[in-house]
Amino acid sequence: MSRDVAVVATAQSVHQRRVEGLNEVEMLMPVLTDVKAKAGLDQSEIGFTCSGSTDYLAGQAFSFVMTLDGVGAFPPISESHVEMDGAWALYEAWVKLQIGEIDTALVYGYGKSSPGSVRDVLSRQLDPYYVGPLWPDAVALAALQARAALDAGVVTEEAMAEVAARSRQVAATNPNAQLTSSADAAALLTEDYLVEPLRLHDLPPISDGAVAVILAAGDKAREINDRPAWITGIDHRIEAHQLGVRDLTSSPSTKLAAERAGVGNGSVEIAEIHAPFTHQELILRDALGLGDDVEINPSGGALAANTLMAAGLVRIAEAADRISSGDADRAVAHATSGPCLQQNLVCVLEVTS
Amino acid sequence: MSLSLPASIADAEPVRSIRTPARLDYEFTAGQATSQFLRGVKNKKLIGGGCPVCGKVYVPPRGSCAVDGVPTTEQVDVADRGTVTTFCVVNVQFYGQGVEVPYVCATIQLDGADLGLFAMVQEMPYDQVRIGLRVEAVWVDDDELDTTLENIKYFRPTGEPDVEVKQNIQ
Repeated sequence: MSRDVAVVATAQSVHQRRVEGLNEVEMLMPVLTDVKAKAGLDQSEIGFTCSGSTDYLAGQAFSFVMTLDGVGAFPPISESHVEMDGAWALYEAWVKLQIGEIDTALVYGYGKSSPGSVRDVLSRQLDPYYVGPLWPDAVALAALQARAALDAGVVTEEAMAEVAARSRQVAATNPNAQLTSSADAAALLTEDYLVEPLRLHDLPPISDGAVAVILAAGDKAREINDRPAWITGIDHRIEAHQLGVRDLTSSPSTKLAAERAGVGNGSVEIAEIHAPFTHQELILRDALGLGDDVEINPSGGALAANTLMAAGLVRIAEAADRISSGDADRAVAHATSGPCLQQNLVCVLEVTS
Repeated sequence: MSLSLPASIADAEPVRSIRTPARLDYEFTAGQATSQFLRGVKNKKLIGGGCPVCGKVYVPPRGSCAVDGVPTTEQVDVADRGTVTTFCVVNVQFYGQGVEVPYVCATIQLDGADLGLFAMVQEMPYDQVRIGLRVEAVWVDDDELDTTLENIKYFRPTGEPDVEVKQNIQ
């Protein structure tokens, strides 16, 4: 018996390898201004504000407190933050809207990965006793997963190259995308391995950027947007922290979240899947139960722009945009967090509540 | 809960802690507003960020107005003197402090600014520092000037009469 809540406005920065000369709040502010203008709301009309980011990326302590200045947080606002992708901030805002005391929420996620070595930074999310001290970098861990998936016959190098080629080709239509390419899969497979069995094309770009969305409930959503993207199902699940106890060749947490979110309750036209590495898209398509007729990542996905702490929320924004524009009536958005798809969120968006 | 250990390590000392050193290097970006401020500081100028909506002047500027959520696009010169709006006396010695205790840390509202700058107050006995005290910056020698707030060694009393402080309550 959930309350009808929809995505009514979205905004993104152009995702770039390095946003020069701007600090995080300077990078984020235009996106916040843009999304509020699209919804026709100012901060005093927003019931709850929730953000997703991490201090580790830019090496800036309490960076989310500084970026709150960009919201206009005085007089004091109702606010929260998750040290996670903005998709989980959206989940928190959705729960808050379910309580029924507010009708609108601002959700944003941002990441500035360029100041540090993101491959090493990400190793700090591993368990601090057994794995963290070994400093396995993020690409090595993804390669470990790809190796297991290849060995199990769940994926092939050809299928992985197809994912890379399709993602970078379609990204040419996305003005916010960072990495585009016209290369086909056959050409990509002639390249050397970077971290075997991964080639460079299997990896996401390193990105700086930001995304914001406005959520609204019931009539407020209809007032703001002629075609709100109604959230008809949302769920998130997590797997064990210790990599050794997980089956890396499948994504049981995605499968369960998809079932709880009701992905299979209707036909899916478009899916925005947060798969930073090519083999992960193949694992996730299977876990989400998507058929071959589903259009996957029309935005180019995380292989075209992978702003950490934002790329998951970007998937929801991209899917919602396609509902609101009339391109689709039912879409699935997915977000991931942690090494090797440890934690996953699935959101179903529809034209009717 | 008790663990049953193999006989071979039954007498071993329990591990009570482990050390796992971590180091990450970053190339910090101060941002447009702070960069402008630091370039000014190198020339002994304090340049605040003014909000185009409410007119508040932030020193040091961080690029945004916390009230209006917009970039502080105005560049506003502020004085290197101001008024103590609150302070504390530090009596605890700690590693890397570089100053003899007791000493005074104060919030100083520079003339022309709307927010306080955090700095030390010296050249006055610590127990005579008070809210409303007029102070001025003591800069490092010109050949030591750089793009850092360490250019201001501390603030010292100007000798002007105290002023009444209106706290920043909205």
